[in-house]
Amino acid sequence: MSNYPDNLKYSKEHEWAKLDGKIATIGITHYAQDSLGDVVYVEMPAVGKEFKAMQEFGVVESVKSVSSLYCPVSGKVLERNENLDKKPELVNTSPYDAGWIIKVELSDPSELNNLLSSADYQKLLK
Amino acid sequence: MSEQLKRTPLYQKHLALGAKMVPFAGWEMPVSYPSGIIAEHTAVRNSVGVFDIGHMGLIKVQVARGKGQEEGLDLIQKLTTNDASKLAVNQCQYSVLCNENGGALDDLLVYRFADHYMIIANASNADKVLARLRSFPSATKVSPWEDHAMLSIQGPQAVRLVEKALAVSLSNLKRNHTLEEKNLIFSRTGYTGEDGIELIIDKIEAPKIWDLFIEAKIQPCGLGARDTLRLEAGLPLYGHEYDEETTPLEAGYPWAVKFDKGDFSGRAALLKEKEGGLKKQLVGIELEGRAIPRQGNSILDIRNSILGVVTSGTFSPTFKKPVALAYLLAPCPLSLASVFVEIRGERVPGRVVDKSLYKRVK
Repeated sequence: MSNYPDNLKYSKEHEWAKLDGKIATIGITHYAQDSLGDVVYVEMPAVGKEFKAMQEFGVVESVKSVSSLYCPVSGKVLERNENLDKKPELVNTSPYDAGWIIKVELSDPSELNNLLSSADYQKLLK
Repeated sequence: MSEQLKRTPLYQKHLALGAKMVPFAGWEMPVSYPSGIIAEHTAVRNSVGVFDIGHMGLIKVQVARGKGQEEGLDLIQKLTTNDASKLAVNQCQYSVLCNENGGALDDLLVYRFADHYMIIANASNADKVLARLRSFPSATKVSPWEDHAMLSIQGPQAVRLVEKALAVSLSNLKRNHTLEEKNLIFSRTGYTGEDGIELIIDKIEAPKIWDLFIEAKIQPCGLGARDTLRLEAGLPLYGHEYDEETTPLEAGYPWAVKFDKGDFSGRAALLKEKEGGLKKQLVGIELEGRAIPRQGNSILDIRNSILGVVTSGTFSPTFKKPVALAYLLAPCPLSLASVFVEIRGERVPGRVVDKSLYKRVK
């Protein structure tokens, strides 16, 4: 079960969000990184950019393919994980920790209710 | 369209190794193992890797001798671009099956054995190639060889490790030649830009031989690494660098088109193109930055005019940067160095280089 931590919320597009006050940290799930294979580039938005829920905010490229990243909640980008520029493989090796992608200031915290729990996300994967 | 995907005799072996299986040209094949594409690619460049290539289409062409002519040879000569009459027994050559316009129906290896020829077609084109060969009026028997399996062992250590694992001597086996021993066919060929052996074996023997290589700590490699390795080496993949509108001259294989061997399908069109100039030419592109070019991305000049199109792109595990194979359309100065690749609406600067981005130090 540790592949999908209970304290995170999940989107059907395989992103996760971790809430800390009004700030959500966003990344991709274990399933997503495993499906993509070796991640070699993560294209991230500029700090300050605003996104609506489920709007595309970047792409993650693996050796084989390119995949869009969707912002699970509406908000403004506060920070991006600059370590991914040098070490995109962190998305594979540590998807929920060192491999986080952006931090967003939520504009509508109620949207978190639209996201899935760990148990529901795992049901989706079956 | 719910046709069952075909499986090679190594299917269970791939599952046991934890491979990610994907549909490819009607087959269920490993795209990568848990080690990942980059590790598999690097193993082949630095030491050795083994691939299941049992999806390739093997076609036997019988040599019917009559009226002073070998009919199997005649069939191959009339349909493919290279000169198969130059093949000695146990030798093979790269060749292209063209339509009358010179467009590629498939690219092939043509093997000569003592009592037959063998053609290795791409999995995606195997049925098309077979139909084309059979449509040609000839008494020659053309049949798919379906009881085979095929393994490819590639990398600087490949020959040494195959010799050791199978107790054979391959030191006298030259590039593009075969050795038949112990019911196996050893072919010194490959699709990675490295030295290596392709093994054609009986289906029943395949799992046992695969295990010998895995026990010898040879890295299993999937279609993902096969693609990045061939791309770096500038080797064309049908559906990317080749299609029915693309000629072998454009793909960079003028040496595989032998105009002096007599008539063959596509000869007139190819000769016209050779004399009149190529419509497009395959090149390599090295990109700055991190965004990865993909098939269909446009190549632009500084004024945003379209110069060509990307046919394959990836992150090069060897050079650790994005690379592509692309067709530049004529009239395009081939001395041209700086271009832009349009990726997701952004113009990414790149540099035109030889299509063989990677060249093995021999």
